[in-house]
Amino acid sequence: MWLRRQGCLRPAGCGVEELRRRRREREAALRKARREQQLISKRLLRDDAPEEGEGGCVAVILGQAEIQQFLQLAQRGTEEKERGRALVSLRRGLQHPETQQTFIWLEGSMRTLVGLLTSNQALLQLEAARCLHELSHSEQSAVAEACLPATSYLLTYLSGHSSDFIELCLYTLGNLIVESEAVRRQLLPQGIVPALAACVQSPHVTVLEALGYALSQLLQAKEAPEKIIPSVLGSTLPQHMLQLLQPGPKLNFGVAVEFAWCLHYITCSQVNNALLITHGALSTLGLLLLDLAGAVQRTEDAGLELLACPVLRCLSNLLTEAAVGAVGEQMQLRDERVVAALFILLQFFLQKQPSLLPEGLWLLNNLTANSPSFCTSLLSLDLIEPLLQLLPVSNVVSVLVLTVLCNVAEKGPAYCQHLWPGPLLCSLLGTLAFSDTEVVGQSLELLQLLFLYRPEAAQAFLQQSGLQALERHEKEAQLQDRVHALQQTALHR
Amino acid sequence: MQLPPAVHARLAGGPGAAEPLPVERSPKAGAAPFRFTARQVRFPREHEFFEDGDVQRHLYLQDVLTQVAGAPERPRVPEFTCQVAGCCQVFDALEDYEHHYHTLHRNVCSFCKRAFPSGHLLDIHILEWHDSLFQILSERQNMYQCLVEGCTEKFKTSKDRKDHLVRRHLYPADFRFDKPKKNMSPATPRATVQVSAEALGAEGEQVEGDAMEVCSEPAGERHTAGRRKLWSISRTL
Repeated sequence: MWLRRQGCLRPAGCGVEELRRRRREREAALRKARREQQLISKRLLRDDAPEEGEGGCVAVILGQAEIQQFLQLAQRGTEEKERGRALVSLRRGLQHPETQQTFIWLEGSMRTLVGLLTSNQALLQLEAARCLHELSHSEQSAVAEACLPATSYLLTYLSGHSSDFIELCLYTLGNLIVESEAVRRQLLPQGIVPALAACVQSPHVTVLEALGYALSQLLQAKEAPEKIIPSVLGSTLPQHMLQLLQPGPKLNFGVAVEFAWCLHYITCSQVNNALLITHGALSTLGLLLLDLAGAVQRTEDAGLELLACPVLRCLSNLLTEAAVGAVGEQMQLRDERVVAALFILLQFFLQKQPSLLPEGLWLLNNLTANSPSFCTSLLSLDLIEPLLQLLPVSNVVSVLVLTVLCNVAEKGPAYCQHLWPGPLLCSLLGTLAFSDTEVVGQSLELLQLLFLYRPEAAQAFLQQSGLQALERHEKEAQLQDRVHALQQTALHR
Repeated sequence: MQLPPAVHARLAGGPGAAEPLPVERSPKAGAAPFRFTARQVRFPREHEFFEDGDVQRHLYLQDVLTQVAGAPERPRVPEFTCQVAGCCQVFDALEDYEHHYHTLHRNVCSFCKRAFPSGHLLDIHILEWHDSLFQILSERQNMYQCLVEGCTEKFKTSKDRKDHLVRRHLYPADFRFDKPKKNMSPATPRATVQVSAEALGAEGEQVEGDAMEVCSEPAGERHTAGRRKLWSISRTL
């Protein structure tokens, strides 16, 4: 259930170092794109098996005449197989941006392709759809937008039954959706949301993964909170999405990843999270989190962070809804195992994906802030020390760890009794030596709470040269008031 | 980061919440110059907090090209013929057969043999083309339903419906699955090759022909995909 599809297509002659370099480049490009709010990625479904001794699939540049020739052969050839092969040749050419440009500017070409897409010959339909898919993957807007005449048919075919074909249509739609608002302005009135809602009942895992992809692209759109998410929430999609995220023998990793991201785009838009809560989102996602932790324990962890990330985000955002208090007991998130699972995941992140530690700690904050029960769990499961071990990772992580500790400490003496004696004080003396103002500031807040509810700790603090640690920050504008207050408190014990 | 064994044991245990320790706050906590209050935090969509996770997500999407080879090379099987009576198509891969079957034989009108991409469109077709009660009723009420799933509008005429499809749903004016009814006997089959040549004009222009036709079949046994009727009047060939 947790094994992902392992593919075998790699660019020929690529060593590991080269792959790493390319990955770093792509990562940098993606970061830049995100900062400019232009994050677009398309998914290409290519299942070319190299044919008859060909070394690899090299995209061929086709000229106008060749394109016309292939199209005519596809339309009027006498044998279906021959017509299909013409389209295969066209598709190979369309893998190249130059051919794509030539194609879209050639009069009647799209019309012919759409004609083949809707023909009564199954093989031609499939090959025409593959050509369209290549075009949809283009990075050039003009090429993708040239596919617009086909969208009503792609949507119509979603109610069909041929799973391979539907999968192809969905990935094509997903690529087109993300292209521009103009495309979405056509797809929405054409009924893409009801079409997807009908299609989500398919039993085919490949179709579901493709559908999740297309939907995630739709939900990621800039105008989604106003124009798309309300109708998605009004459809049967939310219930089905949550069903597909339920742990159990039927859970498919690829499908779950896509729908978890869909759910994230919905929840972080804050349109109507209360509705999701009434559908049981919190308990479903909580159980999924437990399942993820279980998979980590069994070291079936390939790519788990791809699913863990959106699940953490959804839980964190959903917990902030006022509606949480209003629903029944079983709809809320009170299970202590969630804390255990979260720490198992934090340990996993520390090794595999440290950039996800802040997200995990964000959830921990939202779990503990208003919950004496979860704070008690942290203490009874002995999780304070593991938490402290995360302090050196980064300033962001340190601030979050200290915030969670403050959540525990502010609940009063019964809680602080478990915080000291213990390793906490020593760690705080360490964080006071950090140069980051926010880290130090949060350390000061925690010290205040500790001294307030556990006066003996102040004594120990003095004995361990705490005053000197404080002195370093006496001149710092943002810290000095609190530093002085603490110095007074410590000295007057 | 080392976790105490109790954590793993707890995960394996049953559901339950910890009995909370008593809460007892002092008004001095968080009082000026201190400012801490325990509170939940939410991040909106575009917040930079999400940057790392988003980038990983998109690397994954882009990676799929190098990870997923699609279906493994299609297993070839000994050649077999489509089992539908009168269909002569031959296959050597199951996936090709699946698509052929669903395209040509699955949603077939038992009266005129036209094939449709979905059950929904087939139902509408039977109603509008082969049901005489429909014609009678449509004189008094709006019977032509919108083709788009999820739209409940109905119209007096097929033309009104087309206008709605174009204006409201931005469908192409020559949408191939919305042909107005022709005056022809539904029992006349039409040869595939002939239709293809007619349907595609000189420059690849689509002529108003019937897009979905099935293979011509010998007279006699006809394959019926058996759609249920919405009205109790049935039409026999």
